[in-house]
Amino acid sequence: MNNPVNNPVSTPMNPVYRKRLRVHRFGIALSVGAMSLGLIFLLWILATLLINGFSALSVNLFTQSTPAPGTEGGGLLNAIVGSLMMVGLSTAVSTPIGVLAGIYLAEYGDENKIAQLTRFVTDVMLSAPSIVIGLFVYTLYVANVKHFSGYAGSIALSLIAVPVVVRTTDNMLRLVPNSLLEAAFALGAPRWKVAMMVRLRAVKAGVITGILLAVARVSGETAPLLFTALSNQFMSMDMNKPMANLPYVIYQFAMSPYDNWRELAWGGALLVTFSVLALNILSRTVFTQKAPN
Amino acid sequence: MSQENSKRKIIEISGLNFFYGKTRSLHNVNLDIHEKQVTAFIGPSGCGKSTLLRTLNRMYDLYPGQRAEGQIMYRGRNILESNQDLNMLRAKVGMVFQKPTPFPMSIYDNIAFGVRLYEDLSKGEMDERVEWALKKAALWTEVKDKLNKSGLSLSGGQQQRLCIARGVAVKPDVLLLDEPTSALDPISTSKVEELISELKQDYTIAIVTHNMQQAARCSDYTAYMYLGELVEFGETDQIFMNPARKETQDYITGRFG
Repeated sequence: MNNPVNNPVSTPMNPVYRKRLRVHRFGIALSVGAMSLGLIFLLWILATLLINGFSALSVNLFTQSTPAPGTEGGGLLNAIVGSLMMVGLSTAVSTPIGVLAGIYLAEYGDENKIAQLTRFVTDVMLSAPSIVIGLFVYTLYVANVKHFSGYAGSIALSLIAVPVVVRTTDNMLRLVPNSLLEAAFALGAPRWKVAMMVRLRAVKAGVITGILLAVARVSGETAPLLFTALSNQFMSMDMNKPMANLPYVIYQFAMSPYDNWRELAWGGALLVTFSVLALNILSRTVFTQKAPN
Repeated sequence: MSQENSKRKIIEISGLNFFYGKTRSLHNVNLDIHEKQVTAFIGPSGCGKSTLLRTLNRMYDLYPGQRAEGQIMYRGRNILESNQDLNMLRAKVGMVFQKPTPFPMSIYDNIAFGVRLYEDLSKGEMDERVEWALKKAALWTEVKDKLNKSGLSLSGGQQQRLCIARGVAVKPDVLLLDEPTSALDPISTSKVEELISELKQDYTIAIVTHNMQQAARCSDYTAYMYLGELVEFGETDQIFMNPARKETQDYITGRFG
């Protein structure tokens, strides 16, 4: 027992402890394995994108519009502008709606049947297939005005973004401790002031993160734009006309027989992926915060 | 300790019962709070002392299912009546909580937030009010150079004094303190206790505390509560030196089981 090499604190002698150690090692191995599997595919995708898309990166990509079939060169300017305009408009529309609905849910969600129903519907919308949303806007808007347009695309994107913003705003606001709200009420502040000036402010960074994640989500959506914005081979800033956009151009060009089109598709894919990646990193670093108290 | 010239009753509680849903947690409480005096509520955890304090500004009203029955006369008006304007009541009967709760804004705005709710002051007047409140809470010298910093950047003791300054800044009539020093270190605690004696010149104070020495040091009147009932209420000296009830004596001497 007094053997210094085999003393009780350097060797796990206890069978219970040895068993626990085995389970621990097994668990760690499993999680590292699962993590590596996910990471390998992610890195593979990014590497493929970089290898194929890097050669497409040029000044022309940002200064020229998509080329006609059979012509050389060309860029993605019209698609970049179209994507920015539609994503921009849908963010401008869905941010106030989403944040206000989130505040409503956090304030009245526990005591009100309509709010509970809204929360349920929001969760359903959150996982609704985006192609269904595209078809919905097609039936209700595009089929009635009888033409594809940037507005229709923005509506479809907003329908996808709103539930994301509602859910994160609601979740963040519900992290605010009651004690902070009570402190504001104790000064004689009316409910709307407590909600807007204390509760919302306490989780401002979290709400902004939610908005950024919604922007990231919609900027890669293709299906809802197929039936709504369609595309446009030419540069157009008129949102009441069919509008070019990166996801659709990628879809269309990637399967074409022209080499320069396929190269542009890779370039576009690289652009979208890294913009989304940048938004995610931005929201995770600049706006990360812990729940108050 | 009590002054003969200020024995006016400001709050008269009679026949007060309180319910959390179906659970009754205050039983027929009768108690008077005197103007510009410190009244302490003591008793073991769960005895209803915080509940009693929270009826005085109707904080319980935020939560459905909590309700009070009986009468709380404040300056001649029953504040339990359903048509009582709660915002006006809470502006007059301020409250400081157990844990410091600075708002997510600057030190200056933490103070100004409550003032702006009921007063339209110029920039200069507001600056004066903020300085006055911070001086009252003995925090001015520590923060006067960083009023634009976030209130969350202060230490725990400073945050609690900021919350007291915030409560004082709106010039309430009554200040309710719910275990204001239980999360503080001894030095911050003694600062807050000094503050209580200071504030008593201008305000009526009701304080809930777990610390019996604190009740003995700071208060003029003491109420001992147990299982939702008011066991004994009287001048602090008398409660601590010569309690009328055996239960009170057992509790304050630590013989309570």
